[in-house]
Amino acid sequence: MALLDIEHLTVEFGAASAPFRAVDGVDLQIDAGEVVGIVGESGSGKSVLSLAVLGLVDFPGRVAARTLAFDGQDLLRLSARARRRLTGKDMAMVFQDPMTSLNPCYTVGFQIEETLRVHEGGSRATRRQRALDLLAQVGIPDPASRLRAFPHQLSGGMSQRVLIALAIACNPRLLIADEPTTALDVTIQAQILGLLRDLQRQRGMALILITHDLALAAENCQRVVVMYAGQVVESGPIAAVFAAPRHPYTRALLSALPESGTGQRRLATLAGVVPGQYDRPSGCLLHPRCLFVSERCRLQPPGLRPVGPQRQARCHTPLDAAGRPTDD
Amino acid sequence: MLLFLLRRLGLLVPTFLGVTAIAFALIHLIPGDPLELLAGERGIDPERHARMLHELGFDQPLWRQYLDYIGAVVQGNLGTSLITRQPVLDEFMTLFPATLELSLAAMLFAVLLGLPAGILAAVKRGTVLDHTVIGISLTGYSMPIFWWALLLILLFSVQLGWTPVSGRIAVEFYIEPVTGLLLIDTLLAGDYEAFRSAVRHLILPAIVLGTIPLAVIARMTRSALLEVIREDYIRVARAKGLSPLRVIGVHALRNALIPVVTVIGLQVGTLLAGAILTETLFAWPGIGKWLIDSINRRDYPAVQGGILLVASVVMLVNLLVDLLYGLINPRIRHAH
Ligand SMILES: Nc1ncnc2c1ncn2[C@@H]1O[C@H](COP(=O)(O)OP(=O)(O)OP(=O)(O)O)[C@@H](O)[C@H]1O
Ligand SMILES: [Mg+2]
Repeated sequence: MALLDIEHLTVEFGAASAPFRAVDGVDLQIDAGEVVGIVGESGSGKSVLSLAVLGLVDFPGRVAARTLAFDGQDLLRLSARARRRLTGKDMAMVFQDPMTSLNPCYTVGFQIEETLRVHEGGSRATRRQRALDLLAQVGIPDPASRLRAFPHQLSGGMSQRVLIALAIACNPRLLIADEPTTALDVTIQAQILGLLRDLQRQRGMALILITHDLALAAENCQRVVVMYAGQVVESGPIAAVFAAPRHPYTRALLSALPESGTGQRRLATLAGVVPGQYDRPSGCLLHPRCLFVSERCRLQPPGLRPVGPQRQARCHTPLDAAGRPTDD
Repeated sequence: MLLFLLRRLGLLVPTFLGVTAIAFALIHLIPGDPLELLAGERGIDPERHARMLHELGFDQPLWRQYLDYIGAVVQGNLGTSLITRQPVLDEFMTLFPATLELSLAAMLFAVLLGLPAGILAAVKRGTVLDHTVIGISLTGYSMPIFWWALLLILLFSVQLGWTPVSGRIAVEFYIEPVTGLLLIDTLLAGDYEAFRSAVRHLILPAIVLGTIPLAVIARMTRSALLEVIREDYIRVARAKGLSPLRVIGVHALRNALIPVVTVIGLQVGTLLAGAILTETLFAWPGIGKWLIDSINRRDYPAVQGGILLVASVVMLVNLLVDLLYGLINPRIRHAH
């Protein structure tokens, strides 16, 4: 049984009569100890998906799912209180912008010990010791003095290490890292990713790594899930997806990588942006931007279907190994 | 921190000069002088008038009088009242506790009601409760003080007879001043009847004076909290699995209080200005009423001294607020 089991998860915002689906029927299974990348452009619903897993989608957002289970527990049927006992303990999250993610009014020590107190209790002295150990584990020099520091006294990389310490404080079995390095310098990025991978291996926790960057997913993950406009458009083992993408969107993401020659970060081969609330197309959501669009794509939304060993793609005419659309 | 304090204290000097100059100019702009007003309908012999003006130094050019006044103030001498012949500072000190008591009660009323109202409105944003709080605070903010006072007096004093109309305490009580705050002095004297009387006298003026600060504090708390709730660190706090009560009470409120404390401090000036009107309406024997009386009698030293002292109080409070601000905001504390 998967550690995290998501079937047909939908998150809607806006009026019930004209809802906007930020997450649209996502299926996702994560096994214990697995490292999975979720990749997609800005606005494709990656953050909303992870917030929904943690139960942090605010009113008026609406979360619905056929299954949303963690370790066999149906999250949607738990009381708010029971759910909070999982959030921050068994499932934890690291966010994108470390500089604004720590409360400026409290010391680092307070913020880490608070998590420990809420979930594990224990004496003040043990909590302090645990916080010290945690800071040391995430590679913070001179942890004793950092415990007394306020957030504005820390650099971005230091803050992100503190936030990682905070997330792993109660030994979570699932850690979601939502673009944990986007706001950091390149050299720091590599350190933070290395740290996350080390912690994941040492503790055997499952890691969901959310990123814009397919290359980053390729270096760190076993499996990748590509999202577009709230839907999963392709998923599979990272090496296979990287070698021969089945979905035109994945192919466009890959060809936008610097090493593929164009040197551009924007999706050179794919004009336009992810559709928002008011410009959601009919049929396949990618069709206005797709290079291989056919009449059928405009009319009929494709389903997610198997396209190889452990691979799925949401396309009427998935690409073959040579990158040409197949007719079916 | 010390540097910060010194810089703030240095700023007080030009402010003092400005306040005294304006007070000086304004009071002399009003036609009439103290002697004419004292003489009233009978009038005064022009020769005697001129002689007395000369004795009092009022025949000197204004700038000369101003410099003399500043010179005296620097030496700690605020002059004596032309009418009562008492030192201005003494008069102020006897009356100030009454104003202080009224202002403290008004502020307490405003904070104790305004903070929770603002918090509730923010937490239940968009609901009937929220709209009610916004509506009431808008009304409170735009309500003319004298009209609001009359309305309350009509209802509670005249119709219901619950509260007295004027004064600080019923005439039958005499309480020896210790702190000058009647609520405390009556308790110190162990006279509970007198305490009850003092409370009943205080309620209406405090409500009237506290209404505008209440409205401002409620609205500021609401908007500050709404802003803070959107911050990333609030989402992180929720992702830690904290209860909503803890997220709001510990993580959001602490940050939202920073602007709210500033606003509360700024309200002190408004409060003292409002006290002048409120004291007049309720015949409250404080600084406000004394200033108005002094202006009417063209008691120059009393008016100038009074304004100077009130301004000092406001500046002192603002300084305290700035220090408090540093205490609740670690970013400020460590910047100095
Ligand atoms: N609270 C909300 N109310 C309404 N719409 C929302 C809300 N939160 C997110 N959305 C919308 O949902 C869509 C998906 O947003 P999301 O933040 O999940 O994208 P993302 O893939 O994480 O993008 P990025 O890479 O920029 O972080 C966006 O169109 C966004 O505008
Ligand atoms: Mg995001």
